[in-house]
Amino acid sequence: MASLDDLKKRISSVKSTQKITKAMKMVAAAKLRRAQESAEKGRPYSDKMNNIILNLSNGISDIENAPKLLSGSGEDKVHLCVVMTSDRGLCGGFNTNIIKKAKLYFQKILDEGKTLKIITVGTKGYDQLKRLYGDNIIEKISFKDSKNVNYFDADNVGKIVIEKFEKKEFDVCAIFYNQFKNVITQIPQEQQIIPLKTSENEENSSEDNYEFEPEEDEILSNLLPKNISTQIFKAMLENSASEQGSRMSAMDNATRNAGEMVDKLTIEYNRSRQAAITKELIEIISGAESL
Amino acid sequence: MSDEYSVEIVNPEKSFLSKDDVTEVVVPAFEGEIGILKDHISIISFLKPGIIKIFSKSGEESFYVSDGIIEFKNNNLSILTSLILNLKDIDKEKILEIQKSAEEELNKSEINDQEKYLLDQKLEVLKSIN
Repeated sequence: MASLDDLKKRISSVKSTQKITKAMKMVAAAKLRRAQESAEKGRPYSDKMNNIILNLSNGISDIENAPKLLSGSGEDKVHLCVVMTSDRGLCGGFNTNIIKKAKLYFQKILDEGKTLKIITVGTKGYDQLKRLYGDNIIEKISFKDSKNVNYFDADNVGKIVIEKFEKKEFDVCAIFYNQFKNVITQIPQEQQIIPLKTSENEENSSEDNYEFEPEEDEILSNLLPKNISTQIFKAMLENSASEQGSRMSAMDNATRNAGEMVDKLTIEYNRSRQAAITKELIEIISGAESL
Repeated sequence: MSDEYSVEIVNPEKSFLSKDDVTEVVVPAFEGEIGILKDHISIISFLKPGIIKIFSKSGEESFYVSDGIIEFKNNNLSILTSLILNLKDIDKEKILEIQKSAEEELNKSEINDQEKYLLDQKLEVLKSIN
């Protein structure tokens, strides 16, 4: 059995850990509200953008000459995956869930004999992927320095992706992120951004005839790169809300576990203290008896 | 019967402005300024750097935009832009900052004609604000 002193030390160390996790939970809760707000505020932009593109691509008459970003390069050999994770740890299964989803996809791609290229956004994703897929990672990006999620960071990622597409370095691009549903549930998502998938929300498209100025394809070729940045930005917003939510519930659990542990250790401490006292008493009594 | 319609301006961070008593909006479209009145035909266009003017019952407002797309449909005007500033509470230093970065861009050799045109426009507008 551990000595009284050891137990005392453990109790105090668990207590201070508990203090830290509690503080982290509070911070995460405060940040979560902000992140959630901005994720919700960011939705109209990406929704509208999607709608306009949908209307535009319906209006396009000449599919053959449609911009490559919309129709794809016509091949399906090289896949680029943008895996978006957090820069900080201690947020429960947040990063692991994204990585798990991404790894499934990677395996599928590799099994089909296609080439895989990876861009990691956020240091945690890089750490988890470098051992297995180190050779596939062509770029790692981190926004550790920027305090809040902002559009210009997303735009930079978008530009890198588009630049690589124009150099014909890949044919299909997918992004991986966590969609924020609520504090407890975040759903890892896989979204294909190049070529753009429009079929799923066909119902929303209107029959309206638009006037375009300048021509459709010119607008489209200007709009599509922006859409990619927008999608990435949306993913980043969702991700940051998910990260805080995930961290909050993870830290809540940790605090509770620490509390349980303190209780258990305190009981053990009291027991051994009593045992020590009893032992001393017995010693005294038996000493007195022997006189 | 009124001649008002609604306008919504969104940037990636949030919904910047939403009004439903607008009588006319003048936007700096790529091929020249367009004034949009009620019951305009559905239109999609994109913007060059310039000034958006919004006329409503409550007065006139002006905004600087660096780029954007507009969609007008069923008397709803949506303006999507990545950078928008209200001219009323604009920051001189901020303008100079944008101006400087645009000038730097312009001095790079590998820009194409369209980018050059847009940057020239941007500088012109920025100078006119200051």
